[in-house]
Amino acid sequence: MTEFTLPIAFGIFTGTFSRLLMLRTDYRQYPTYLHGKIIHVALGFIASGLGAVFGPAIIQEEFTAITFLTVAASQFREVRNMERNTLTELDNYELVTRGKTYIEGIAIAFESRNYLVILTALVSTLAYLLFNVWIGIIVAIASMILSHYLMSGGKLKEIVDIEYVEPRFDGAGLYVDNIYIMNIGLPERQKEVLRYGMGFILKPKSFNARATIANLGQRQAILHDVSTALGVYRDSGTPALVPLAKRDLDDGRVGVFVLPQDRDIEKAIKVIGDVPTLENAIRMSTEKVGMKNES
Amino acid sequence: MNLEKYILAVITTNKNKVAAGTGVFYCDSKQEMESVTANLEAILDGIAHGLSDELYVIVKH
Repeated sequence: MTEFTLPIAFGIFTGTFSRLLMLRTDYRQYPTYLHGKIIHVALGFIASGLGAVFGPAIIQEEFTAITFLTVAASQFREVRNMERNTLTELDNYELVTRGKTYIEGIAIAFESRNYLVILTALVSTLAYLLFNVWIGIIVAIASMILSHYLMSGGKLKEIVDIEYVEPRFDGAGLYVDNIYIMNIGLPERQKEVLRYGMGFILKPKSFNARATIANLGQRQAILHDVSTALGVYRDSGTPALVPLAKRDLDDGRVGVFVLPQDRDIEKAIKVIGDVPTLENAIRMSTEKVGMKNES
Repeated sequence: MNLEKYILAVITTNKNKVAAGTGVFYCDSKQEMESVTANLEAILDGIAHGLSDELYVIVKH
């Protein structure tokens, strides 16, 4: 046992613990129960190991140890690939697909969380070595809070107002408010759609939000989340019963048409509001020089 | 091969509306047209769109 054993063990522990804190299985059911979790806890353990040995290496003046971190980087890029491939494969069998933008968002989250684990392990080992175990614990807690703050993204309700609107037919055309959704020919099918369908209007609060919800991936994410949380009245071989989100070209509002099994308006509005704004869909049009005052 | 936006069948009660080009189904009444359309929709895995009262198309999306 050397002087570094305890600090390294401490770093590995805090790193793995912070990975556990960031690993939450919620309504999205991803990562899946148990096996999926074990994979990510194991990878978190490896990541914290890498982070924990960094401090002692620097103190021993083994500066080449920094190349270790490049190994970590390529290792966790691989994690991102793995997540992307798995989810893309599974997406073909979803009644309402997640969409590529959502999948990419999830994959990025998995990669970045491992880097946050490395950070936590690194700073807490270093604090233990330079000061004492108590400072180490304080630093570990602080970096876990920081990780928690960094890993949670924005929600849709922060950028749009959501309003329930009864869908209606004008001839064969299905409308949510004044937004045209699709053409459904059969009267029988139309009755079904009116009975189970619900319409929502998302009104962007700013010019940036307008561009964000225009993104097709963001709209697919809304449809997927609503269908996951509230069920979906749909099966293979009924392509007419498809949730859709279309845009009003005039003012950028988005009309969302869904077919939930649980027709609770309050719940549905809450679910839509809690849909994450996807990192890859966020647009900052007003950041362009000279556009600031036009929103 | 994946078809996208392709008319799989046309169902009509008015022979003058459609010439040829794809599967065309002539029906005698609106009821018959609707039942044929419902069946074809399920068989072809497409969506039945109404163009007018006497003309439906089934489209693969």
